[in-house]
Amino acid sequence: MKHLLSAACLAFAGAAWAEPDPTDWDAVLKEAQGETVFWHAWGGATTTNDFIAWVGERVMNDYGVTLEHVKLTDTADAVSRVVAENAAGTDEGGAVDMIWINGENFIALKDAGLLFGPFAEQLPNWELVDADGKPVTVDFTVPTDGFESPWAAAQVVFIYDSETLENPPKSAEAIADWAAANPGRFTFPQPPDFLGTTFLKQMLFELVEDPARLQEDAGDDYATVTAPLWAWLEETTPNMWRGGRAYPQSGPRQLQLINDGEIDLAVSLSPGEATAAIANQQLPESARTFVLDAGTIGNASFVAIPYNANAKAGAMVVANFLLSPEAQLRAQTPDILGYGTVLDMDKLDGADRAAFDALELGVATLSPAELGTALPEPHASWMTRIEKDWRERYGVAN
Amino acid sequence: MADGLILDAVDIRHRDGRGLVSLNTGIAPGTIVSVMGPSGVGKSTILAAITGTLPPEFRFSGQISLNGRVLNSLAPERRRVGILFQDHLLFPHLSVGQNVGFGLPRGTDHRRGRVADALAEIGLEGFAARDPATLSGGQRARVALMRTLLAEPEALLLDEPFSRLDAELRGKMRELVFDRARGRQLPVLLVTHDVADAEAAGGKIIRLAPTS
Amino acid sequence: MSSERAVDAQSSRLSLVPALTIAVLIGPIAAGLTGTVLPAFGLLKVGGGGALSLAPWSQMADEPGIARAAWLSVKTGMISAIGALVGCLLLIAGWHGTRAFAALERLLSPLLSVPHAAAALGLAFLVAPSGWAARLTSPWLTGWERPPDLLIVGDPGGWALIAGLMAKELPFLMLMSLAALPQINSRERMQVALSLGYGRMRGWVLTVLPALYAQLRLPIYAVLAYAMSNVDVATVLGPTAPPTLSLIVLRWMTDPDLALRAPAAAAALLQLALVLGAIGLWRGGEVVAARAAQWAVETGQRGHAMTEALARGLGLSIAALAGVSILAGLASQLIWSLAGRWRFPEALPSSFGLRSWDRHGPPALDVTLATLGLAALAALIALFCVLGCLEAEHRRGRNLGRLGLLLLYLPLLLPQITFLPGLQILLLRVGAAQGFWPVLMTHIVFVLPYMFLALAGPFRAWDRRYATVAAGLGSGREAVLWKLRLPMLLAPILTAFAVGMAVSVGQYLPTLLAGGGRLVTLTTEALALSSGGDRRAIGVWTLALTLAAWVPFALALVLPRVIYRHRSGMRGG
Repeated sequence: MKHLLSAACLAFAGAAWAEPDPTDWDAVLKEAQGETVFWHAWGGATTTNDFIAWVGERVMNDYGVTLEHVKLTDTADAVSRVVAENAAGTDEGGAVDMIWINGENFIALKDAGLLFGPFAEQLPNWELVDADGKPVTVDFTVPTDGFESPWAAAQVVFIYDSETLENPPKSAEAIADWAAANPGRFTFPQPPDFLGTTFLKQMLFELVEDPARLQEDAGDDYATVTAPLWAWLEETTPNMWRGGRAYPQSGPRQLQLINDGEIDLAVSLSPGEATAAIANQQLPESARTFVLDAGTIGNASFVAIPYNANAKAGAMVVANFLLSPEAQLRAQTPDILGYGTVLDMDKLDGADRAAFDALELGVATLSPAELGTALPEPHASWMTRIEKDWRERYGVAN
Repeated sequence: MADGLILDAVDIRHRDGRGLVSLNTGIAPGTIVSVMGPSGVGKSTILAAITGTLPPEFRFSGQISLNGRVLNSLAPERRRVGILFQDHLLFPHLSVGQNVGFGLPRGTDHRRGRVADALAEIGLEGFAARDPATLSGGQRARVALMRTLLAEPEALLLDEPFSRLDAELRGKMRELVFDRARGRQLPVLLVTHDVADAEAAGGKIIRLAPTS
Repeated sequence: MSSERAVDAQSSRLSLVPALTIAVLIGPIAAGLTGTVLPAFGLLKVGGGGALSLAPWSQMADEPGIARAAWLSVKTGMISAIGALVGCLLLIAGWHGTRAFAALERLLSPLLSVPHAAAALGLAFLVAPSGWAARLTSPWLTGWERPPDLLIVGDPGGWALIAGLMAKELPFLMLMSLAALPQINSRERMQVALSLGYGRMRGWVLTVLPALYAQLRLPIYAVLAYAMSNVDVATVLGPTAPPTLSLIVLRWMTDPDLALRAPAAAAALLQLALVLGAIGLWRGGEVVAARAAQWAVETGQRGHAMTEALARGLGLSIAALAGVSILAGLASQLIWSLAGRWRFPEALPSSFGLRSWDRHGPPALDVTLATLGLAALAALIALFCVLGCLEAEHRRGRNLGRLGLLLLYLPLLLPQITFLPGLQILLLRVGAAQGFWPVLMTHIVFVLPYMFLALAGPFRAWDRRYATVAAGLGSGREAVLWKLRLPMLLAPILTAFAVGMAVSVGQYLPTLLAGGGRLVTLTTEALALSSGGDRRAIGVWTLALTLAAWVPFALALVLPRVIYRHRSGMRGG
């Protein structure tokens, strides 16, 4: 009955049924009031879960938007849901209102025309974003075109226990040498885990002859370009944790392995992760962070809204709130999340700026200067092929 | 039509056609007919046919009537035939009083009073709130009897009701049951393997022998 | 007359319940199988269209490691089922009726209701190289200052998975055996064998086992099917490179590339074929074992004292190890939930606190309530069906036939990973909403059989003469049902209800695939966290999960005692 009614409404409303327009923000706020936003976001880290819960409380109080965190084990779950709904003709009232998204998942949806937008650059808080200095308009070399809104800046860092590892290896070669001298103490998350694949890309950057080549499509020269990476893996894998016959299934899992004393080095995309983990007693007090001498890959975390989302206005309100100085400050607070902000400090008013300046980054977090300039992500085609090849060579090695 | 419980050419067979037991008798109001025989001969099956709870593996022919009403196609609860088993079968989740009053029709006046009177009648004054599991064997037998009588049946069936009682109690209990039944002019069918029961009943005795 | 017709109408409405029950059980399975078979042969695509094609199969065959994944499924499933069965039989043969057995029974019974995910997460920490067992023995015994680089959890051979499955299935088989033993007069059989001079074990194997096995056959097949195709235990304890076949199906099912649903369907059918093949193989093994037993009878040997003692010792050790390890795993979860800093090789955390409960307790409580609500609703609907079926069979005077029993076991014999993906594909294809209702429907499919098995025995054992007495007192069938039968069976009904709730609480795949991720339960939450590895959070959620399964049992135990506190005849029943 309810379906019939809404179908009837649709038929009659016709042109009156319009998408929320982000340039008319007051209308968006009005429409968002009372909506429930299902945010599909990876749920494996308790720190991010807590942060999202806090966002939920805030948008409820300020905008009357109910936020439900759908905790995913893999972002691909949400993407596949949208694609499936599209195939089934569910063009509105879809299950997914907002996705924490990056890279290949974003490109898949954008190419298929399954995203709502552009909306990101019309959000009121976009004015505060550091669009020139931070990788917020390009995702894996593909322009975002306003179809996803950034909420945190990320950069590859390595976490280690300074008590057991005095001089951490700061290049691909050094890692190989150190692993050979200390077998069983190094690993990375198993691709296709996002972080694991990111580690492979980072090593590719280190080892490839001409890094600029990675900004374009992987073509016929794929084998030649990536040959040094495979040679490096061939040499290093036997010296890895469990002899490279098993891998941690996610990033946070590595922290547990460090805390247990099983490994000495972990890769992370969140410069503040180590500090937050120390505060949560997931890492020893002696944990520290470093970046490779030649620099590390940086990217941003985004949220996107599917074309058939049920609560687009509500989702935009949440996306805008994530860009507010209040939310950004909380995300950057080391013992809460420790995510880098995407805001431009020069665009903030005095009080907000002072609050950011007053933030103690924490013992295990590198300063912006120490982090250096982030390297751009390689084109997504590299990642797809490397991931597949790695699976064939090492993913089923047993 | 005659009063009392009439079993007219009652014949019970297994589903496959093998005969189990046949009976042709009338029990006048206030009299007792005893059926005796070894176990497995179908004594209890006759009772099941009268109460209307014959298991589906049996076939039944003939006619059973009670005070002129034909029972054959009546639902068990509409036959007005009370039955007492050797295990007394007090409902364990109800109090003694609730057990006794179980058969009182809905809307009976002075429920409590009638239950109390019934208990007093069998020497169990003030037992209404008791847990039936705390009663002795003889007390249970008496409660079961009163429970049956309060439902005002038109006939009474007894399935070895005294066999669990010791010798002294057994005599008293027989007397009590037979007295009440005669007093209410009930036709009684007693099934037993104990000759003493049948003799004490003082009525006709039918001996069943195994068929083939 | 009119009231009689009313009774008939009630009876005919009641006779609809078995039909409804079959529909509730078979509907989702049939739909799911359709949704799996069609895409596997290209006949249905999520994106629309389709034509007969074997491409999904070749796509599946091209997946690296697929053969090994299939082999792992067979190996881990077979070995763990054999292990659980042998441990269970040795224990019962050697110890049934002893005080040690009574103690073990008390230890193992509550473990039955521990959800697989909770047991697996507990075990994972217990046996890892940096786990509790290593911490308790290091460095004083092992000399380890740092955890050894040993591939124990997630080992390529799947032995951790095998151990976890064994520990969890042994209590199930044991309780199924205990329910069957009185029906086959095991005591009398044993007395005969012992009086003829047979040893305890040998006598048991030759006289009791054949009859017991006949009763256990379907439960054993269910264990085998589950062990070969489970997702929840394999996620936590199983190998990863490659994983077992069911996890490959799951990965394809959740991939953004919808084209992968086709090889997923093919692999799901392969999984079904493997399970059917394994059951066939097992059936063959039964014949061989029966021959061997006959031969053994004819030798007239009475059993050696040495082998008797060895076999008894083995049975007791396996069962005790299973019980202790699951309990210790759960205990370690409790400690983690209260732990401050806890580094290897400290046996216990260096500090304790309620921090993790402050942090994860409130959301865990919310999800616990939602989980219990879903479980209670599923159990309630299933209870209605089960009671309706049992009452209908009582009134007809005939019990469920072989076919009915097989139908009832179908959801337990058919791998979940075979028909649930199909159900999701179908739901997606027709654009049906995923969420609460589909999840509820699929939960009922698995809840109902267990509740029927739990309730059928007590319900059928109820003394029909009570009904005869009550009819003589003027009570009709409805009155007998509501005023006598149900109140008298309160304890077994509540126990069956608790069984149903525990089954629902433990469901992972149905919640994940039919819920479309929108429905969060304790099981999905605990397994989502297991990928992250925050042991304190896992500890809180695992305990919440275990408690959610236990609370209904505790209520089922306590409620009848409170309600019937003045009715001693209602206790012990």
